[in-house]
Amino acid sequence: MDSTDSTGSADSTDSTGSTAAIERIYREEYGRIVASLTRRFGDLDIAEEAAGEALLAAVERWPRDGVPPNPGGWLTTTAGNRAIDKIRRESHRDAKHQAALMMTDDTPHEPTGVVEDDRLRLIFTCCHPALAPEARVALTLRLLGGLTVAEIAQAFLVPETTMAQRITRAKKKISAARIPYRVPSAEDLGQRVDGVLAVIYLVFNEGYLSSSADASPIRHELTSEAIRLARILRLLLPDVAEVAGLLALMLLTDARRTVRVAGGELVPLHEQDRGGWDRTLIAEGHELVRECLARHAAGGPRPGHYQLLAAINAVHTDAPTAADTDWAQIATLYSQLYAVSPSPIVALNRAVAVAELDGAEVALAEVDRLLLEGYHAWHATRADLLRRLGRSAEARAAYDAAIRLTENQAERGYLGRRRDQLA
Amino acid sequence: MTQYMLAVHGTVDDPEFDLEAMQPVFEAVDAVNKKMMDAGVWVFGGGLEPIDVATTVDNTGAEAIVTDGPFAEAKEWIGGFWILELPDLDAALEWATEASKACQGKVEVRPFQPEPPAA
Repeated sequence: MDSTDSTGSADSTDSTGSTAAIERIYREEYGRIVASLTRRFGDLDIAEEAAGEALLAAVERWPRDGVPPNPGGWLTTTAGNRAIDKIRRESHRDAKHQAALMMTDDTPHEPTGVVEDDRLRLIFTCCHPALAPEARVALTLRLLGGLTVAEIAQAFLVPETTMAQRITRAKKKISAARIPYRVPSAEDLGQRVDGVLAVIYLVFNEGYLSSSADASPIRHELTSEAIRLARILRLLLPDVAEVAGLLALMLLTDARRTVRVAGGELVPLHEQDRGGWDRTLIAEGHELVRECLARHAAGGPRPGHYQLLAAINAVHTDAPTAADTDWAQIATLYSQLYAVSPSPIVALNRAVAVAELDGAEVALAEVDRLLLEGYHAWHATRADLLRRLGRSAEARAAYDAAIRLTENQAERGYLGRRRDQLA
Repeated sequence: MTQYMLAVHGTVDDPEFDLEAMQPVFEAVDAVNKKMMDAGVWVFGGGLEPIDVATTVDNTGAEAIVTDGPFAEAKEWIGGFWILELPDLDAALEWATEASKACQGKVEVRPFQPEPPAA
């Protein structure tokens, strides 16, 4: 991203046009190229194919001629020319020509002041509710993130052919059912943005706490991709507070990534080495949370789900030591969150704060009221509260139940150790 | 007169769509369509995109839920249909016989419910 205004000395690999450098630029620009070509030609396959051909052209020419001053613009122009060539070649074949006309954009180009960026259309198409949730995730990573099918398949631990079919099927549905290529109308925007944020957060969570036994506990490629997508979305929708909220939440969570696992074991928040937290990410996250608070103070709508979760994480990351944590504020924020999303999982997290404020016994009574027998964190929380109350036998059973219900190896390691430390 | 739906049977075993191979079928269906129109029985007709393009909307609860896919996983579905205005079932079966031949598939015949009596 900084290659456009760099002095040229910092990034010498770029000027030599090494394959790695070209691929990095390509990956950065992929979403923009595909989005722009899809609007021009109305067809995702034509856009993707042309983008691929532009990459081949870059790999052939940049090492010889040097990287052009605006590599993204060069790739988009080249891809556009390739797409036109292809359509001309095949225009006698009526079917393809028809296909090129299928996804039309009937919204006028209004000068809204928002950066005109076709990626916003693309993300709403990829995250359309008529597509299966796993297809939304895959399409977003493929078309917007520029990940290869093989990379996405590996990230979600499915065979590459399965992932390829999932993406092909989703693209076929977009074209056959005519899922529109546009930013939703103002009245639908809120709900549809929620759908997009859900996809991004799903990518993040799969990276942050992998649900699979075979994957490494934390997969940075997914957490950083989710953050990158959220940054793009924030650029495109600067006035939607929940977008800032989700970005802040992920930054403040990811800031703790490196100290969250030690020796193959999950390290809970209160045991983490706070010196290992990433201060730059925390500063950025806190700034976004302050922005959300200011928006609210200025009479904006009440903060949503992601903003509240971000605020909770801001309180945690604000405390120099675990003992300094402002639990009263955290409990208040969880109560606000419960008002917005009344789920037993939110109540469970609130009970953790209550344990610090009013003691383990009060918290345990709250936890026991929740119907979460199938959720490993419910058992893990109970186990910890029972341990604090000296009820070792019950704590042991609760740890066992928690271990049975999670596949994440680092989490199993941590829970097993706590169980074995019981008196 | 009653309106009948002549539904064309689609199944998981249907071959992949192949424009060239389907050409004779298209021509036969066009001919039947024209015959129906000439006879004055045609109301509407058309082929549907494959079942995996379906989207289901359920607005029976608190809010509308949109999901990818048909009502239920099925091995058989409606691939396309005609709606014809006809005097009786025998006439419908006659047209269905021609339609089945033309589109190279089974055709299910179902009458529409009569209009509810005006209050």
